[in-house]
This record gives sequence, structure tokens and C-alpha cells, in this order.
Amino acid sequence: MSQYHDPANVTNPEHAEHHIISPATYIAVFVTLLIFTGITVGAAYIDLGILNPIVALAIACFKAVIVILFFMHVKYQSRLVKLTVAAGFFTFLILITMTLTDYMSRAWGLW
Amino acid sequence: MDNVSVATQPHTHEEHHHVSLPQHRHHFETEEQQREAGTFGMWLFLLTEIMFFGGLFFAYLLYRNWYHDAFVAASNQLSIPLGAANTAVLISSGFFMALGVWAAEVRKKGLLVLFLVITTVLGFIFLGVKYVEYHEKWEKHHIPGAHFDISEFVNPQAYGLKEQPLAPDMAAKTQIFFSLYFAMTGMHALHMIIGIGLLVWLTWRSYRGEFSAGYVAPIEYFGLYWHFVDIVWIFLFPLLYLINRHPGQ
Amino acid sequence: MSAHTIVNLPDQRTATMPKRNYINNEDGILSWLFTGDHKRIAMLYLVSITFFFFIGGAFAGLIRLELLTPQPDLMASDTYNKFFSMHGIVMIFLFLVPSVPAVLGNFLIPIMLGAKDLAFPKINLLSWYLYWIGGLFTLTALVLGGVDTGWTFTTPLSTHYLNTHVVTAAVGIFIIGFSSIFTGLNFIVTIHRMRAPGMTWFRMPLFIWANYAASILMVLGTPVLAISLVLVALERTIGIGVFDPTKGGDPLLFQHLFWFYSHPAVYIMILPGMGVISEVISTFSRKRVFGYTAVAFSSVAIALFGFFVWEHHMFIMGVSNYSALVFSLLTMLVAVPSAIKIFNWAFTLQKGSITFETPMLYAFGFIGLFTVGGLTGVFLGALGMDIHLTETYFIVAHFHFVMVGGMLMAFLAGIHFWWPKMTGRMYSESISKLAAIVTFIGFNMTFLPQFILGYLGMPRRYHAYPPEFQVLNVLSTAGATILGVGYMLPLLYLGWSLKYGAIAGDNPWQATGLEWQIQSPPLTENFTEIPVVDHDAYDYEWLEHKTAQEVTTVG
Repeated sequence: MSQYHDPANVTNPEHAEHHIISPATYIAVFVTLLIFTGITVGAAYIDLGILNPIVALAIACFKAVIVILFFMHVKYQSRLVKLTVAAGFFTFLILITMTLTDYMSRAWGLW
Repeated sequence: MDNVSVATQPHTHEEHHHVSLPQHRHHFETEEQQREAGTFGMWLFLLTEIMFFGGLFFAYLLYRNWYHDAFVAASNQLSIPLGAANTAVLISSGFFMALGVWAAEVRKKGLLVLFLVITTVLGFIFLGVKYVEYHEKWEKHHIPGAHFDISEFVNPQAYGLKEQPLAPDMAAKTQIFFSLYFAMTGMHALHMIIGIGLLVWLTWRSYRGEFSAGYVAPIEYFGLYWHFVDIVWIFLFPLLYLINRHPGQ
Repeated sequence: MSAHTIVNLPDQRTATMPKRNYINNEDGILSWLFTGDHKRIAMLYLVSITFFFFIGGAFAGLIRLELLTPQPDLMASDTYNKFFSMHGIVMIFLFLVPSVPAVLGNFLIPIMLGAKDLAFPKINLLSWYLYWIGGLFTLTALVLGGVDTGWTFTTPLSTHYLNTHVVTAAVGIFIIGFSSIFTGLNFIVTIHRMRAPGMTWFRMPLFIWANYAASILMVLGTPVLAISLVLVALERTIGIGVFDPTKGGDPLLFQHLFWFYSHPAVYIMILPGMGVISEVISTFSRKRVFGYTAVAFSSVAIALFGFFVWEHHMFIMGVSNYSALVFSLLTMLVAVPSAIKIFNWAFTLQKGSITFETPMLYAFGFIGLFTVGGLTGVFLGALGMDIHLTETYFIVAHFHFVMVGGMLMAFLAGIHFWWPKMTGRMYSESISKLAAIVTFIGFNMTFLPQFILGYLGMPRRYHAYPPEFQVLNVLSTAGATILGVGYMLPLLYLGWSLKYGAIAGDNPWQATGLEWQIQSPPLTENFTEIPVVDHDAYDYEWLEHKTAQEVTTVG
């Protein structure tokens, strides 16, 4: 039976070693997050035209990704967990894009 | 980034026998299976949170594009120093939460309790700042509803603001911005309050030494929740506070 | 084994119930209310959803009674509005969504996988309590005076024009949503992490695949319903304006969010039913399900496509024409995996050793009625037809064919199929076959006329109608009466069988699932020893060889 529940069985996509992330990593992530918070505030004061919201969102996405990967340990989780996280954001994108097909092409819309 | 790979179980892979720790539930074959099931379940719960906030984020996206001018004017009423400071507070809180998970994993009870207390205190600070911000909106009649006042947006000069005046019908749309502002930050704050309640409970249990003997699951799962709340704020801050801070456009 | 039946009951003179099983393992009401056992929670759910089914059914009866005559003579128009709203809310959120997953799924998924319980037993119990709290809120709204928004809570009707207990009902549905999320979450984790050794993904019964797909929809869809209801409640209580056109809001935004859940929700309702049908068809034709992999993936495909089609509920609501075109095309796509299932069931029957036990009769009912319901769905998905048919009785008939003719038939098929396993007792075959036939006849008499009524232009949600529609309406009401009898019968004879039914034995149908290889009713821990699976699902040869060296678990 143990062959099916072998903790060392790293070939199982649903399984991953339990990693302990060191405080040094956490500090690096923390400092990065603070720096990028500063950058996003600064960027808002510069007129970049259409790029303003894009830059703001790109920075927010970057911050979210490093929180997910390190603070939330996803980098060291099984492929199953990685896929789950991706599935969540994918469904959110479906909600947005498919709803936008209506709002962006309405004859009477305000877009 | 030297990440140490240490098994949390008190047994090595060679001698792979069943350990019966008190936290081990009978219907799981191994504790490994139990831990991975828990993490996976927690992530599925966070998926529902993504979709829950997702609806609000879509509403924001829609109305920001429909009523861009109103959103800019209303957004500029929010205080960047308070918002940015609060972002830093929340990120710090998340950082100490992550350290808390680490402390539990390396079984340092004192550090674990300390980090959890700091996390809680920072959470309270965040909510305190939020209260100050909400109170200011109350005084300025920027709370949507019967007492909502658009005069500041129709005639900003009278209030000493360097904003472009908005036509009354567009100025009325600032109410949508503030509705979404309160709905989103309010929903976020509600998650914080629930989280702080759980934190107090977990701190008490950590103080009793429940999570410093190899059993870290509740700390780990709560950490995931707390970081998720951080992520929501990481998006809320630029979307609500930083729409357009370069006047004259 | 006779040629006409595969029922294989033990010798009734010597048959005994297992001494120890999950039902008599502990005594007292508290042992049920605080149980972590998935089988007991399933039974709690069974009682609860049956209760709400008959409440919803009573409203349906009153609606049909009012529609017996063209004049509004039984109830006032707003009373009628409340009745059809409560009928929809109770039937959808309190019966259809939890029916197969929370009862049969809860009972069977761990056993079919070879696990001792679901991954999170306490959360499973919590979901049942949340179900009841939500149910009580709904009943409160009902007692206080009802809701008349329809089950769709369409804005701005629900936010601005009605003075009924919308918020109470919305809170109720919000809480039931959590119950549904927790059920789905539990299933997904269990299916991923709790499979017995050797139980690979493609050895799982198709019932598990179907519930897995439905669970994904529960987890990803339900929160969007939650947020849309929160916004409706906020709109009503403090007027936040997000759905209020006078403040710049868009009422259609509500519908986008609402249908983003509520369209996948119909797949939450139907997919587990399809899983039941796969099991039943295979067992009673004694053949492996034809195209196992295709049927398994079609469940996942339905779940995935389910997220891309919601706007077809809004074609006449003022959405963009181009967008409607896209959604109409995508809607057609869902027909493909549904058809794969129907065709594969048909091929499973081909050259099988078919016998006509009660579950099989219900399953045949499902296939016929679901096919009609599905094909009329294609009518409604077509843009031009939809404009003519939507908001008429055609659409009422369509979704009752899918939901009642499909899902309820599947639920009854499943209940009849697994009843011997759940209770250890067998019901009377002749009367249950009669009930299946009565249900089928009653159903068709009720809802086929409604297709015609809708095609002729009778709108839904009105308590009065022009006299020329009366003949068909009388037919429909008469059919509903027969249907009501068809639903009462199982309640009676299944209740009767609890005490007087023949002892069923471990495997009365000679089915292959793991659940049939253990005692009925099962032990609390399901298996005395965790099974090692070395054969595919629906492997009847394996079963034949196994029966020779049957090991019965002693209690």
C-alpha cells in the first residue's frame, strides 16, 4: 500500500515536499513589496496617458504574484495547487472578458 | 534564498511507519495526506473569495470606464498618505504572518506568539486608519445615500481644490465611485475583522504550545487567508486611490 | 439469475441485517446532529430536501390550480407572484442544487473511492447546518409575507419596485450558497486526495466524474451569486446605486453576475444526475459504459462550457447584438458534450442484457425527457427563436423537462438504485415500477402542453390567460395531479420499506461499484480494510470472479 502513499513519491503531480522558506526570503519579498508600493504611488503622479492604469495593474499583479509564490508557498506546492490557483484567476478572467463583450459592443453603451 | 527542505513529521522517509499524533484524523491514511488535503481545501476556499471579489472588481471596471471623469475626481478625494501607509501596514502584517508560519515550522513557540501578536496589532492599526478615512468621508457627505453631496465636485474651487469642475450629471456619478469604494473596502475590512478574530484565537492556542510541536496546519491555512486579504488590498489601493494623480489632464 | 431480472436478494428466511452498521452504531438524536459520518449527513440531507421538495411542490400545485381557469379566481395577482417565486427559490436552491450531490454524493463518493470519509467531515456537517439556516431564512421570508421577484431577483424590480421580503430571502440564499460551496469543496479535495490505492482517475465510476465537474462549478460559480445578492441587499437597504439607472448604475450588470452563477447552476443540478444515469444504465444492461473516457470528459466539458454561455438568458434584455451572437454560438457548443452522453448511454444499451428494474425505468425516463429538454434548449439558444419563445411557457416547459424530467428522474433513479445500500432494505418492485410509470405519464401530460402554450404565445408568470388557452392548461393541471401522485408514492413505499422491506443483502443488483462490495447498510468506517483497486469501473467479469470468493464483512 505504501507505494501509493509514499511521501517521497515526487512523481505524483498532487504531491510536493514540505519546504520551510527561510526568513531571509521573506525579508527579500517584504522589501520588494514595499519598494513597489512606492513605485506605484510615484507612477500615479506621472502622466503616462493610457499606460497609467496598465502600469498600476502590472505592479499590483507583480506584487500579488510574489505574495502568492513566497508568502503563500505556492512556488513549493504541488502542481495541483498551482493549477488550482491558476484556475481561479482564469475563471475571473472569463467573467471579465465575456461580460465585456457585451459592454464594449453595445449600440447604446457608454464605453 | 536557501530554502531548507525539512520534513515536519517526526519520522524520516526510511522508517515510514504510522505516527498517531493527536491531530491526525482517523480517516486519512497518512498525515502527509491530511496536510496536503488541508492546503488544497484552503486554496479552493480562496478561489471562492477570488470570484466573490471578482464581481466587485468587474463592477469597478465597468463604471470606471463609463464615468472616468467622476472616478478621477472622487478618487482624488482619498488620502494617498493614509492609503500608502495602510498598504505598508498591511504588507508588514502579512510579512509577520509569514514569519509566524516559519516560527511554527521550526517550533519556536515564543517567536510564533510574538509574530502573531504583531500581525494582530498591525491588523488593528489598518482598521484604525480605515476608520479615520471613513470618518472623513462621513464629514464630507461622501457616503452614498440620502445625504450624499456633490457640490465639492461641481464647484471644486469653492473648496480650495485644483480639480476641473464636473457637470452635475457627471458629478452625480461620483456616488457610484464611493459606493464601490465602501463596498470593496468594507468587504475587505470585514475579512480583516474575521481574520483578527481568528488570529486572537490562534495566538491563544499558540501560547498554549499547540503549534510548536510539529503541527502547523492551522497556522499555515490561516496564513493563506491572511495573505489573500493582503492581495485584495494590493489591487484595491492603486485602483481606488491612484486613478489619476497628475492634474491638468 | 432469471432472464427477466437481475435482482439477487439473499434467502429471506435466513437473511439478517448486519448487526453493526452506520445507522445503529450510535443512538439518540444528538448522535445524528453531531455526526461526522458522511452517510449520516447524507441521510440528514435526504430528510431535509424531501421536506423542502414537498413545500416547493405544494406551491407548484397551487400555481397549477390557479391556472385551471382563465380568470384569476383562486388568488390575487400578487399572491400568485409570491407563489411562483417561492416555488422557484425553494425548488432550485433548497432542492435541486443539493439533491444528488448532498444526498447521494455525500453517501457514495467516499465509498466509491474506497475512503473512510470525506476529507473534511466537520465542514460537511457545517454545510448541512448552513443549509438549514438558509432554509429557515427562506421560510421566514415566506411566513412574513413572501417574495415576489421570481427566483431571479431581477433588478430594478427587486431593488426598487417591490416591498416584499427580498433581503430576507437573499440572505437565505447567500447562506445556502456557502453550504453548496462547502459540499463542492469537500468533494473536490476528497476526489483528489482520498482515493484508495489503485483507484486511478480513469478507474473512478462516472458518478464521481460528474460530481467532480459539478463541484468545480459550485466552488467557482456560487461566490458570484453571493456578491450579486449582497449588492442587491445593499441597494435595497442603503441605495448604493450600482444597479440603479437613476444613479448611473446598470441593472443589466446584476443579470450578468447573477447568470454567471445561475447558468452554471443548471449544470450543477443536472451533472450529478447524469452521473447517476451512467451508473444505472451500466448496471441494468450489465455492460461497461460505452466510451467511458468520452463520458468522463464530457462532464468536465459541460462544466467548462457552462461558464461561457450565461448571456443567453439575457438576449432580449438589451445586451449588445454582437455579444449575443457570440453567446448564441457558444451555447450551441454545450449541446455537443450533452449529446455525447446521450449517445454513449444508447450504445451502452446496445446488445446489453437489459432488465427493467425501477431505477432503470426512471433512467429511461431521464434519457427521453432530458433529450427533449436539451433539444428545446437549442431552440432557445438560437437568437431569432429565442426572441419569440423567451418569457413564454415554452421556456417553462424547457427547463422543467431538463430539471424535473431530467434531474428529478435521475434523483429518483438514484434513490431507488441505492436505497438497498443506504437502508439495507428492499422496496416493493411492483409498486415502485408503477410509480415510475405514473411519474413519466404525469410529467408528459403536465409539460408537453406547455410547449404548445408557449409556442402559441402564452407568457409565463401571469395568473390569468385568454380563454382559448384553457384546454391545454386544464390538461397540464390534470397532468400535475398525476405527477403529484407519482411523487407521493415513493415517499409511502420507501417509508414502508424501512420497517417491512425485504433484507437487501450486499449487492442486490449485481453491480460493480465498490459501494456494492461492502455490507448494506455500511459500517461507519465503510471498509474494514482499505480496498486495493485492481480493475476498471464497470468490470462485470471481475465481479463474476469475485463473487466466487466473496468476503462478507462481519458486524
